[in-house]
Amino acid sequence: MTKSSKKNHLNTNFQIFPFPLNVQYVIDWVMSPESGGIDVFIGTVRNQTKGKKVIRLEFEAYEPMAICEMEKIAAQAFKKWPVQKVLIHHRTGILQVGEVPVVIAVSAAHRAAAFDACRYIIDTLKQTVPIWKKEFFEDGEVWVGAHP
Amino acid sequence: MKIKILAFGIAKDIFGSTSVNLEMANDSTVYNLKYLLEQQYPQLKQLASYMVAVNNEYALPGDSLHERDEIAIIPPVSGG
Repeated sequence: MTKSSKKNHLNTNFQIFPFPLNVQYVIDWVMSPESGGIDVFIGTVRNQTKGKKVIRLEFEAYEPMAICEMEKIAAQAFKKWPVQKVLIHHRTGILQVGEVPVVIAVSAAHRAAAFDACRYIIDTLKQTVPIWKKEFFEDGEVWVGAHP
Repeated sequence: MKIKILAFGIAKDIFGSTSVNLEMANDSTVYNLKYLLEQQYPQLKQLASYMVAVNNEYALPGDSLHERDEIAIIPPVSGG
């Protein structure tokens, strides 16, 4: 458990881990007797970007602020849709092709809310949460999105 | 006042360090900080954009800075 877990409420779970994410734990955590559906988004490391072979990725997080921003996104999701539990887990460190940088899980009484909220959460996370990805190629490395 | 600025992602590469210390006037704003940093580290101006966070919140240019604030440079994020 990270320090950030102290901030979590009964229906939210935000954590940043330097080791592999546990997808089964994530599903078990959001499941409840009141849930009619769980939507899980699993981000995975792709082997190429714009046709260029990717060797590995490195993720860095500004952890306390990242957790704050995750809380804001979840608060918006609870406002917009009747969802029951929201979980966001993100990796830091070096990840190889096929590994999992992010898992988002949302439970709801009915599937539409879970689908919509899950998509909103990953789309917004990519815009606001202070986490950075460096792509390593055979001939160099680049911080994604840093330059126009 | 003395302020410490945390750097992440490409900002860390530009500063050559995970943080830098600056001396600023007591009533300085985020705008003043960006101006000063861009004088010392012109590569910041080549970024697609960058934000300043104060105490774990995105700050606006007019927001004022205080000596014990946790200040960070937030280059374009790319998580997920």
